[in-house]
This record gives sequence, C-alpha cells and structure tokens, in this order.
Amino acid sequence: MVQLRLPKNSRVTEGQTYKAEGATRVRSFRIYRWSPDDDQNPRIDTYEVDLDKCGPMVLDALIKIKNEIDQTLTFRRSCREGICGSCAMNIDGKNTLACTHGIAECEGKDVQINPLPHMPVVKDLVPDLTNFYAQHAYVQPWLKTTTPEPEKEWKQSHEQREKLDGLYECILCACCSTSCPSYWWNDDKYLGPAALLQSYRWLADSRDEAKDERLDDLEDPFKLYRCHTIMNCAKACPKGLNPAKAIAEIKGLIVERDS
Amino acid sequence: MTATYKFVDHTFDVVVVGAGGAGLRATLGCVEKGLKTANITKVFPTRSHTVAAQGGVAASLGNMGPDDWRWHMYDTVKGSDWLGDQDAIEYLCRHAPAAVYELEHFGVPFSRTEDGRIYQRPFGGMTTNFGEGIAQRTCAAADRTGHAMLHTLYGQSVRHKAEFYIEYFAIDLIMGEDGSAQGVVAIDMATGEIHRFRASLVILATGGYGRAYFSATSAHTCTGDGNAMVLRAGLPLQDMEFVQFHPTGIYGSGCLITEGSRGEGGYLVNSSGERFMERYAPSAKDLASRDVVSRAMTIEIREGRGVGPLKDHIFLHLDHLDPKILAERLPGISESARIFAGVDVTKEPIPVLPTVHYNMGGIPTNYHGEVLTLKDGNPDTVVPGLMAIGEAACVSVHGANRLGSNSLIDLVVFGRAAGIRAAELLKPDAKKPELPKGAGDNAVARLDRFRNAKGGTRTAELRGRMQRVMQEDVAVFRTGETLQSGQKRIAEVFSGIPDIRVSDRSLVWNSDLIETLEFDNLIVQAIATVEGAVNRQESRGAHAREDFPNRDDENWMKHTLCWVDGNTGKPKLDYRPVHTYTMSNEIEYIKPKARVY
Repeated sequence: MVQLRLPKNSRVTEGQTYKAEGATRVRSFRIYRWSPDDDQNPRIDTYEVDLDKCGPMVLDALIKIKNEIDQTLTFRRSCREGICGSCAMNIDGKNTLACTHGIAECEGKDVQINPLPHMPVVKDLVPDLTNFYAQHAYVQPWLKTTTPEPEKEWKQSHEQREKLDGLYECILCACCSTSCPSYWWNDDKYLGPAALLQSYRWLADSRDEAKDERLDDLEDPFKLYRCHTIMNCAKACPKGLNPAKAIAEIKGLIVERDS
Repeated sequence: MTATYKFVDHTFDVVVVGAGGAGLRATLGCVEKGLKTANITKVFPTRSHTVAAQGGVAASLGNMGPDDWRWHMYDTVKGSDWLGDQDAIEYLCRHAPAAVYELEHFGVPFSRTEDGRIYQRPFGGMTTNFGEGIAQRTCAAADRTGHAMLHTLYGQSVRHKAEFYIEYFAIDLIMGEDGSAQGVVAIDMATGEIHRFRASLVILATGGYGRAYFSATSAHTCTGDGNAMVLRAGLPLQDMEFVQFHPTGIYGSGCLITEGSRGEGGYLVNSSGERFMERYAPSAKDLASRDVVSRAMTIEIREGRGVGPLKDHIFLHLDHLDPKILAERLPGISESARIFAGVDVTKEPIPVLPTVHYNMGGIPTNYHGEVLTLKDGNPDTVVPGLMAIGEAACVSVHGANRLGSNSLIDLVVFGRAAGIRAAELLKPDAKKPELPKGAGDNAVARLDRFRNAKGGTRTAELRGRMQRVMQEDVAVFRTGETLQSGQKRIAEVFSGIPDIRVSDRSLVWNSDLIETLEFDNLIVQAIATVEGAVNRQESRGAHAREDFPNRDDENWMKHTLCWVDGNTGKPKLDYRPVHTYTMSNEIEYIKPKARVY
C-alpha cells in the first residue's frame, strides 16, 4: 500500500504557546521541537517575542527565547555575523542563517522555524551533518601538486585568483544541499551542491595539479550528474554564491576533457 | 564517580583541545610526526572563531617593498608596550615568513600583487626601518583571511586523516599527583556520553574569553574554556588585565570591521567631521596601534564629539575609496555593514565603537608552547604534559597590546612550534602511565552539579550581570574606583552560582548545560581580569588607568600571575619577570622608550 501520510510518530503536533505579557509590538515564532529523550511526536511551540526588547535578527529572537522563556530550546550558533555557518535553519520556508536574516524580512504573519529539511534531527533545530561533512571530505579539499614546492609562494596572476571568487567564500552551512530536491532523494550517492562547489574551488585553482584525478572521481551517474539545474541551491545560499554554476563548470570540464 | 555516568576511555599520544587556527596547525604537526593525536572541539572546525578574522596575517615577506623580520619585531615590541617577552617575539617574527609560505602551499587563496605574489596591506603599528615609514606587511585573502586559513587548515587535517571528536565539550584536565597533565575529560554533546582521554601531552588551543563582556566582536562560543580548566587545575593565568578593544566594532551589533579598512585608506571622523586621529597620532594617524585609536575615540565621545542622536559613536569613512577596490579587497565588511548597520559603504560612513576583541592574557607559556608556572621561586617552571597556543596562551608576544594581524601569525607559528616540541618530547605510542585512581571524577562531579542545578537564577541572568559589570567597570579607561566597584560586583555575581538553575535535564545536545559550564568558565576569568587591573597601578598598552596615566617600568615591567580558587572565587596574585633578552645574537634587546605613533 502506498502510504500517503507521514508515519504516526513523525506527524507534527501543536505544542505549547508562551505569551509575551504586556508587550505591544509582538511577533510569534513557531518553532519545531523534537527530542529523542521521550517518545513524543515532534511539535510546534509558539513563542511570543516583544520586538521592542529584541535585536533585529532571527538569531536575536532565538537567543532571547532561550535566555528568558525556554532554556530547553536547542540550536547551534556561534559567530552571529554570517561567517561560521552554525545557525543554518529553515526560516519562513527558506534555508538561511538565523544571524543574518532580519525578523522584519520574514513575510508570514508568524515566523516559522524548522531544522534544515530532510536531515536527521538530533534535537530541535540541530540536524545531524555527519554525511554532509563526509561528502565535503570526499572531494579532497586541499591543494594537490606534483611539482616540487617553490621556496616562496606559488605564483598566481590576478585573473587566475579571480576564478576563486564566488567559490572559496563557502561557509559549509549546508543551506544549499538541504534545499536541493535531488539531494533529498539521493543524499547517499549524490554529493550535493556544497561539496561540488568545494570540489570546483580546487579544480578552478591554477595552482592545483590534480584536475584529471579530481574529474575521474566525479564522473559517475550519481556523484555529479544528479544535479538537474533546479537552482534551489543558488537561491538558498546566504553568501550569494552559485553552486549550480560551479556544477555546470565541472560538467563542462568533463565534456572538454572527453571530447 | 556518580553512578549514572560511565567513562568511555581513549588513549592518545597527544590530545589537542580546540580546532581553530592554532589547534588545527598543532594537530597537523603532531599527526605528521606519527604521534597518535586526537582533536577535541566543541564546534565543527570551520566554525571556530579564527573563521571571523578578516584583515590578514603579518609576515615580513617584502612583497610590496623592503621589509625585515627585525622591523616586524621592533613594531611588535613597541605595540606590546614593552610587556612582551622579546625571545618569544623574535621567534614569532623570524618564523613568520616561512609560516605564511607554508599556508600558501597548503592552498590558502591569498589575494595577489600584479606579479602574482601574495598581496600585503598596511596595518596599525606596522612600520619599516624601526618606526620610520609605513610597512605593507599584512598578507591578505581579501578581508576573509581567517576564513581562508581555517578552511585550508581543516582541509589539510582531512588530508592527514587527523582524528576529530567534533561537538565534544572539554570539561576539565586530568592532573597527576606530580602536577603533570595526563588527559582531558569531555562530554559528547550529541549523546551525553562522558569520554576520558588519556594522553602524554595535552595542548590547549581554546581561544579567548571575549564573552565575559556584554559587547564583543567575539563569537558566542569564545568563553576561554581552556583558561578556566587551567585555573581549576591550580595553575595561574598571566596578564589577564590586558583586554583589547578593537576600534571598529559596528555600533549596536558589535560585529567586526577590519583594521584593513583603514589600511586601505579608510579614516575615522567625529561629529564635526574632523579626522581626529591626526591630533592623537600625528604620524601614524588612523593606523596607530589599536589601544591608541580606541582611547582617542572614547575621548572624542566623552568630550561630546560623538556622532548619532546620542553622540555615542564614531563614523568610519570608506566612501571616498574606489568602489572597485572595496569590492576586491573589502567585500566581507561591505556585506557586514549593509546587513548590520544598513549602510552602503560606497556612499555612507559606518557607525563604529571600540568593542572587546582580543585577550592578550592567558595561559603562560614559553615559545615552544610549554605551559609555565611559578614554583619554588622559579618563574619559568614547565608544567609537564601541558601546552597552550593561540589566543588561550600568553607566550607573551603581544604583551600589553596586540598589533592587528599578529594574532593569525601567532596561531600558525606557535601551532607549528607546539608540534615540533611534541615530537621532541614524545615517542609515538610510548607507554603512558596509568591514570590515578578516580581520574576525571572531579570533572564529572562538576558536570553533574550543574546538570541538576535547581536554584532560582537562570544562567543567562547571571551571565548578563557579569557581562554588564565587565563592560561598565573594566573598560577602555579604568580608575581605582571603577575597578574596585567591578571587583565587588563580580564577586557578587560569583556568589550567585549556588542558586543557578539549569532547566534542560537531557543528555542529548543540552546547550543549557553547556552554556552553564561556559558561564562557570567565564566568571573565574572575569575575576582574574578585574583583580589584575585593580592591582596594576600604571598605564600600559590596553590597560589605561586614569589615576596612574604613565607607564612605570621600574615597578610594573612584569607579568601578572593570577590564581583563582574555583570554590571560593578568591584570587591570588604574583609576578613573573618580562624576558628582557632576545633568542639569538642577530638582534639586540630593544630598550624601552616612550611609545609615540
């Protein structure tokens, strides 16, 4: 039988509501909650936040909730300025960083917050990224050379260095990969936009001398070619990078090499 | 030990705690030498705070004009206001160029000069020919140098198959009866399992404790966990009163705007549009040392020349610079200014304020990274089995004030040095002494106490109180009065710990518990900071006493050591002499003189 609903224990239920008494400018945050500690289904808790006493970013609201309302709310965060990639989550239906996403930018009446989609959940907004990290490691993210190293630096022209712009800035937040339907379907075999962007970062580096080897590793029906140019990755990237373009460049290199 | 916890035991030659720039470089070095090495980190390596470093890494490559490691050394000694140890500073500056070339060979995407070499930009306090001209010494990957370095070092660690324990939070050191470090106890945040790592050598690379303050450029995770572990092991911290305020944190959010923005030609103005730095530092102007610029900004605001409706901040202008240069060399801060200040840097100035940024103080070490303590009158007694590197350490190369771009070079030079020393001290897979009976029980008891804390005060409430006290009483300018107030108020916060409440009882990703352990780590460092500041009756580098406005070399050219009793919160002070000698004969000791920029 085809199962048309989520299994019973996965259905999201309505949780508690925490009121902001006495506040005049209130926004409700509806946040996904789940812990492996009990047999409870996931639930959505609603927290009212007094915007007059809260910073402008979604992360400010999450921290305010954790500090003042519910200490059990669990999420990752660190730099709070969009460079460490810890606080990636699904906000208002879009994968992004809580620290650089303004509360005012959220369009719905309430701010809906879920963990990154299609990842195993460790607790609340904390996904298990083990497979994502393994895929990053798989592309061998380091400079490979065979020529003996120079005494000083490898030379690289302005133009050669420019080719790395839009690639090296990736912060491994996983917003792109977890927004990709193809990755949702085949995350065991398809490397996903983040790892492939990282791979192209080394393929595009004029100093790297392992292009053939790198391309050999990727030439496979799944690892690379499950990208169907859906472009969710480019739309999701909070750093404005375009993984889909990097993937297209890799495909181009393989065509060039094999023709 | 408490019945509900069970240790998962591991044995390694080396355990590195922390996976920022210093921790990763040390891990690499140890793995390369065949030592069985574990790296324990509370965040995934590329999320460590090194990732947020922007402007660059200092090394006298001479790509933009003549340069010399001796000039770099002179600048660093002067920047330190003669509190730095000159043997260690020589080690740093001599080894800096090789460390940068190594990073480049690892794959760091440095910006380039016209002829394809590493691009270097001017930075505060960096001069040529012993203070004569402005040096271009800071090697940059646009304004994302820390990010580029950290990701590259992580890639190298993957290449060398380093063994990581990711999202493990280190609770405490295991100390032997002979005073040596024998391992670390950590909790796996994902499962709540307690892991006991036995090792011949523990290297602490746990970073600074910026979050003891209310407003800091530092990440939420900058809680100086290693520093606090050292205090609980009965060892001292050094020079904790020296806290660097970065001149340009974004007003409101505190996010960093790199000093490189001034290196590329940006300048500060007050409410009358005056480039006031010309008055305070006639020759270096906006590129004076950070302590000098932060004090000047504070005076301008205090004397009513701040900008904005409350006249409580300063403007940083970049709008006169070529938009092409901004896009190429300062893209990251252009983005930060837009997101956090709503400012288009090509058209408007950025509102900025001096913001807590870096801790010159930390765990005292020699230039091999070995932790030191004062014992039986010997101020250079090595603590066996324990090293510290990076911002957690006080080597001391930064003395009373660190120069911009000297921290990234500190990470890789001393991360490398620690690996070299580890290989000299240890044989791979050598037999380790058995752990003493009850090893790690103290760590578990501490964890359990907080996990079941049922008092009436939320951790965030106590943490907020501590942060406000530090912000108000231990700021850019200090007086005996404010510091004594700080001393009293911090002690009050400490006395609130027995009433702390942890609400999350889970063992799975219990961030309420982790934040409580972090607060418990921060508060003892706050105590050491205030204590050192009250005690030091002079002004030197970042420690500016209005009641003692001058540097006093006769009485105070010495390092503060501070022990803090974890149970009572009572501090104890002593001193170590500053190393007034160099490492080699290739440069003479640089004698103290007035520090003018």
